[in-house]
Amino acid sequence: MWGALAGALLVPSAAGCGDESKGGTTITLVSYSSFPDGGTGINEALDEFSADTGITVRIVDAGDAGTMVTKAALTAGNPEGDVMWGVDNTLLSAATKGRIFEGDPVAVDFGDVCVNYDIAWFAERDIAPPATLDDLLAPEYADLLVVQDPAASSPGLAFLIATVAAKGKAWPQYWEALRDNGVEVAGSWDTAYFERFSGAAGGSGDKPLVVSYGTSPPAEVVFADPPRGDAPTGVAAGTCFRQVEYAGVLRGTEHADAARRLVEFMTSERFQRELPLSLFVYPIDPAVVLPEVFTRFAVVPDAPYTLDPEQIAAGREEWLEQWRRIVLD
Amino acid sequence: MAADRPRLNLLPGWAAPLLAAPAAVGLALFFLWPVGTLLARVLEPGSLTRTLRAAGIGEVLWFTLWQAVVSTLLTLVAGLAPAYVLARYRFPGRRMVLALVTVPFMLPTVVVGAAFLSLLPSSWHHTAQAVLVAHVYFNIAVVVRLVSPLWAAIPFDITAAARTLGASPSRVLRHVLLPLLRPALWSAATVVFLFTFTSYGVVRLLGGVGTTTIEVEVARRATQLGDVDGAAVLSVLQLAVLSVVVLVASSRQRRAAVALAGAEFTRRPRGRRQRVVVAGVAAVTTAVMAVPLMTMVVRSLRLDGRWTLVAWRTLGRSEFRPGVSLGVDPLASLFVSLRFAVLAMLLSATVGTLAALAIALARRHGRLLDVGLMLPLATSAVTVGLGVLITFDTPPVDWRAEWWLIPVGHALVATPFVVRALLPALRSIPSARRDAAATLGAAPWRAWWEVDVRSIARPFVGAAGLAAAVSLGEFGATTFLTRAGRETLPIAIARLLARAGEVPRAQAFALATMLMAVTALIVAVVERPLAGGVGDARGA
Repeated sequence: MWGALAGALLVPSAAGCGDESKGGTTITLVSYSSFPDGGTGINEALDEFSADTGITVRIVDAGDAGTMVTKAALTAGNPEGDVMWGVDNTLLSAATKGRIFEGDPVAVDFGDVCVNYDIAWFAERDIAPPATLDDLLAPEYADLLVVQDPAASSPGLAFLIATVAAKGKAWPQYWEALRDNGVEVAGSWDTAYFERFSGAAGGSGDKPLVVSYGTSPPAEVVFADPPRGDAPTGVAAGTCFRQVEYAGVLRGTEHADAARRLVEFMTSERFQRELPLSLFVYPIDPAVVLPEVFTRFAVVPDAPYTLDPEQIAAGREEWLEQWRRIVLD
Repeated sequence: MAADRPRLNLLPGWAAPLLAAPAAVGLALFFLWPVGTLLARVLEPGSLTRTLRAAGIGEVLWFTLWQAVVSTLLTLVAGLAPAYVLARYRFPGRRMVLALVTVPFMLPTVVVGAAFLSLLPSSWHHTAQAVLVAHVYFNIAVVVRLVSPLWAAIPFDITAAARTLGASPSRVLRHVLLPLLRPALWSAATVVFLFTFTSYGVVRLLGGVGTTTIEVEVARRATQLGDVDGAAVLSVLQLAVLSVVVLVASSRQRRAAVALAGAEFTRRPRGRRQRVVVAGVAAVTTAVMAVPLMTMVVRSLRLDGRWTLVAWRTLGRSEFRPGVSLGVDPLASLFVSLRFAVLAMLLSATVGTLAALAIALARRHGRLLDVGLMLPLATSAVTVGLGVLITFDTPPVDWRAEWWLIPVGHALVATPFVVRALLPALRSIPSARRDAAATLGAAPWRAWWEVDVRSIARPFVGAAGLAAAVSLGEFGATTFLTRAGRETLPIAIARLLARAGEVPRAQAFALATMLMAVTALIVAVVERPLAGGVGDARGA
C-alpha cells in the first residue's frame, strides 16, 4: 500500500509534464499568470501550431508581468524558457536594459487602462458620467473615484502614467486636486473593482468610478449569467493609458529557430483572433476581426495617453515617491 | 528550576547530530544556499545606505514593527478564552470549533481577505485597524493550537488547590496558570509575531498607502521596480530583526518550561456557570470565525442579487459558453494541491520530528537548529523564489522548473510548525521520568524511545495535520516559483480573482469553498486523537 501511495504521489501530474515523447522539439513559453495554460482559444491555436510544425509548446507561469521581467533579467543569457509573452511598455525598458531578448521583441497586443463608471448609478441621479481626466476634478464627482496604489498595482501605475503624460510637469498639482476631491486608494485592482466599485456585477462597493481596463465592460457581459444584452459599466475614454504588450525570443535559447517560429505564429491572424476572448486584449493586427461583444461594449479611445518606455523607466521611481507624498499628506 | 530541566541524556554524542541532519541539510540546500547566492549576486557596497535613505523606508520599518507587536498582543489576548475552553472541556461540537478556528489560518489571505474586507465598515477600508483585526482573525489559531495542549496537561488539582487556599480566579490565572503556560505562550507569540511582521496578503488587500510592511516593500521593489538589490537589503534587515526576536523568545521559552506529567486533563462542563462559560465562548468563537468563511460560500452562490448554482455548475466545464473559456481547471488544481500537501506533510513531519527530538537532546546546538528552521518563515518569499531561480539553474542542479520544488518549499514553511508543536511537549517531560526509565534498567535508546518519543505521539498527529494544511493554503512561496501546469488551488483562486466578470468571481469563491472544506476535513480528522480526553491520560 505504501508503495502505491508513494507512486501516486511522486508521479507528476499528466498536465504538468510528459510532452517530451513525440520526438519533436519542445519549447517553453514563459508568460504572466493570466496567460491560460489550457482550455482557451489561444491554447487551441497553439495546439494547431504544434500539429503543423511538430514543435510542442510548454507554458510556464512566471508570476505577474513585473515579476516575470525581474526573473528574466536575473536569468538573462540562461533563460527559463525560449519565448517570453507579455512584457508591456511600462516594463519594456527594464527588459531591454536587462538584455533578456535575442533581437527586438515584437508588439503582439494592446489594451487600455481607463476609468470605468457604473452606468446605472449615474443614470439614476441624472448626472453625466465623467469623460476626461479634468472632469474627475469637478465637484459633482467628489468622493466617487477609487484608484489603485501605483506602487503595488499595474493598472494603478498605468493611471498615474496617464496623468503624467497628460499634465506633464503639472501632474503633482493634478493629484493634489484629485486628493482634495476625495479620491480613494485601494491596495489592489481586485479590491478596488469588486469591493469598492459599485458597477461590477457581484461586487459589493459603493463608489461608481474605478480605474480598470477598457475591456472590463465586455468581460462583464461575457461572464454574466444569465447572458445579458448590455454592459453594466462604461469607460471614460479621455482617461486612458495605452498598454502595448511584446513577445520575443529569449537570449540564450537552445531552440532559436523554433522560438522564432512561435513568435511569428503569435503575430499571425490565427493566433491574434483568439486574443480578445482569451486574454481580454486587442490584437495588434488591425485587420483581425473582433468578436461582437468587443465591438459593442469595449471602448478603444481615439487618443489614449502614452509615454515612451524610456521615459517611463527613467521617471517611475521618482513619480511613485512624489505620488506617495501627495496622497499621504 | 534547574533541577527540573532534562538532565543528562544517556544517548551517545552522535545521536543528536544524526537526528538533526535531515533538517540541517534541507535547510542548507533549499534555503541558505539560494538566499546566499542571491545576496552575493545583487548586493553592492552602496546598497545598504542607498536603500535605507529611500523616501518612506523609515515609515515602512516603523509600521512593520508596531503593527506586529500590537497584533501579537491582541491575538494572545483574544486567543486565551477559546484556548481555555477547548483545552479544559469536552463538549459537543468541540472539534468543530477547533477546526473552525484553525481553517482561516490555513487559507491563503488573498482568498479570505476579500470576503473579510466586505464585512468591515467602509471607514475602516485601507486602515491600520483593518490590518490589526484581520491579523487577530487569521492568527488566533496559533494561540489556540499551541496553548491548549499545554493547558490540557495542567492537572486540575493544581488550580483546585490554589482555589482552596483562597486564591481568586484572576490570581489563579496570573500566579498559577500563566507561569505554567509560559512556554506555550512564548511559542505562540513568536509565531504570531513572525507571521504578522512578515504579513503580505492582509496588508496588500486591507491596508492603505501608509500601511506597508517590509515584506510588501521587498516584493514591490523586486517585482515592480526591478530593484532586486534594494529588496535584498530589506529582506536581510527583516531576517536580522526576526532572528534576534526568535533567539530571545526561544530562550525564554526554554527557561519557562515546567515539567508536567504529559497526561491530558479535560472534563465535561459541570454546573450552570461552567456550562454558560463554555457555551458562550464556543458560540462567540464560532460566530466570529465562521462569518467571513460563510461570506465566501454565499458569494459562490449569489450572482447579481440572485441565488444560483451557475458558478458551481460551470466550474469543471472547459467552455463557459461557446468560444469562451476561463482556462482554469479546478479539479486538477484540487488534486495538485492534495498531492503537494501529502508530500509536504510527509517531508516536514519526518524532518521536523527528528529535528524536534534533536533540539530537545542537544542544548546549545539545538537552539541553533531551532532558530535556523524558523528562518524561512522570516524571509520574504520573493527572496527565496529568486534565489532558487538563479541557484538551481545549471546541471547537475538544473531544478528551477521541477515540480517537486513546490512541495519542498511548502515543507520548508511547514517544518517549523511541526517543531513548534512538538517542543513544548518534549520540554515538559519531567526528568524524573527519564531517570526512572534508566533506574529500571532501560537501555539509553529504549529509555529515550519510551519517554521522549512516546510523549510526542499525540502532538505529532496534530503537527502533521497542521503541516498538510499549511501546504494546502500556501500562496507566497508558490507564486514566486515558476510553474508549468501545476496550479495549486490558491493559485487558481488568485487567477480567477484577477478577472472582471461576476461568474469568474463567483467561481473563485466556489474554489475557495472547496479549499476551505478540504482544510476543515483534514483538521477535523487529525483532531480525533485529542478527543479522547482523560481516558487516555491513564496510559501516559
